[in-house]
Amino acid sequence: MAPEVKEPNHFLRIVVWWLVVSVIGTALVVFVLGPGLPPGNGSVEASGQVADNTVLMAISVPVAAAVLVYLVYALIVFREREPDVIVDGPPIRGNASIQLWWLVATTVIVLFLAGYGSIRLLADGSGGGQGPSPIATPAASKADPPLQVQVIGQQWSFTYRYPSYGGVETQHLELPANTLVELHVTSLDVIHSFWAYQLGVKADANPGVDNIAYVTTKGPLQFNIRCAELCGVWHGYMFDTGRVVDKSAFASWIHGEQAHAAPVAKSLPPYSKTYFPDPQRRGG
Amino acid sequence: MSASGKRITGIVIAAAIVCVAIALYVALYLTNVPGSAAATNTSSGVNLYLGTVAASEVTDPHPSWVSYYAVDANDQNWRHVTTFVLPANTLVHVTIYNFDGQSGLRNPFISQAQGITGGSFMLNGKPTKAIDPDAASHIFAIPQMGVSVPIYGISDDAKNPCDNAPCPLSNDHSTSTFTFRTGAKGLYRWQCFVPCAAGFIHGFGGPMQTVGYMDGFIKVV
Repeated sequence: MAPEVKEPNHFLRIVVWWLVVSVIGTALVVFVLGPGLPPGNGSVEASGQVADNTVLMAISVPVAAAVLVYLVYALIVFREREPDVIVDGPPIRGNASIQLWWLVATTVIVLFLAGYGSIRLLADGSGGGQGPSPIATPAASKADPPLQVQVIGQQWSFTYRYPSYGGVETQHLELPANTLVELHVTSLDVIHSFWAYQLGVKADANPGVDNIAYVTTKGPLQFNIRCAELCGVWHGYMFDTGRVVDKSAFASWIHGEQAHAAPVAKSLPPYSKTYFPDPQRRGG
Repeated sequence: MSASGKRITGIVIAAAIVCVAIALYVALYLTNVPGSAAATNTSSGVNLYLGTVAASEVTDPHPSWVSYYAVDANDQNWRHVTTFVLPANTLVHVTIYNFDGQSGLRNPFISQAQGITGGSFMLNGKPTKAIDPDAASHIFAIPQMGVSVPIYGISDDAKNPCDNAPCPLSNDHSTSTFTFRTGAKGLYRWQCFVPCAAGFIHGFGGPMQTVGYMDGFIKVV
């Protein structure tokens, strides 16, 4: 009679491996990968998104590690070395303990993510468009009125109006550094989407809708602007480069733009928060 | 030949025909490049002559579509191309003959000329920085170069309008001339910003969404 081989405690071994992989993986995500995650640190909101992406990825590491460690462990340890003798493992169906742990773990993770996401979103809007009546207004906006800038999408270009500077309209977007900016995103024709990548701002531009997004700039930088909504034949060319400059440079630039746009100033309509496609003389 | 041999031969021939058809389709797609017009050299740069008309020539696949044309300055020969070849880092003197009416600009800001030498253009011989947005017929804009020039439309009660391209200069028209400097070599796009596509939703379908009519490319070489 062959001596009975005592099975090792597979569960304990898997848990130990899972802990090791999770700790190393999470540390790598937080300290190595996280700081380089998009969209960078071009604004307070962008930095917040980097932190959020890091948290999400850090939480996903133990989940992924559990799957991978179990898979690799099973491939190595549970491999059938005698193909003629195929023995199935013990069934886990009806194992109340496993079901309970599964429910508890997944519920905790999902509820935490829902709570974390909601709190982060309500703090400052995370650079997203919030419609005409935003509920996630940055705390700084209550103490100091933000700089309002209107983003006007049109096939196929963005232009910008600065209501606090006489409603002057410009071809390019320039913002002062270390300033809370209230972006009013709208469209003259079809649906566009204003995406200022390094600033962490993305807001749909709809005709007849004032879509408000907040961004708090940091130091001077150049940022890429793209349309993120398929809007016609030249959608792929609807891009521009914006700039965040120090406050004195911004003041000089905006006054230069006012002087430059003087010939067309009298033709501009009064500043409005929304527009509709007009004129329609040739529209079918 | 056995039945299975015939079957295999048939499958091979059919597969060969399909492969040849796909290869031909791909080859035609890759070699079917739209025509282009090159600017003419002068001592101070290059000249580019363009025409805009409310309706393309009657033989065009879309004879009712508004369109830009390249115009030969010497013989007034109109070519239906919207890809223009320009030398890099060179002054380009553009003349646009517009035979189309007034559609009006959706964004009045674009009624001011941008990105051109001197900041103003000549409209029917008069220096102009901006036009009445409601009188705009078209825009010639190269957004990547920051160039944008409004094109003044002819009056609704013009006595001698042109129906279809090509249009002789004896027809009612406006003439805009301006100069801009090209940048580095590359492929740029140009477009009109006026909702001038008659019969299309918001005036921005058809010729506004089709390369070869109200938009095209600038090849800087």
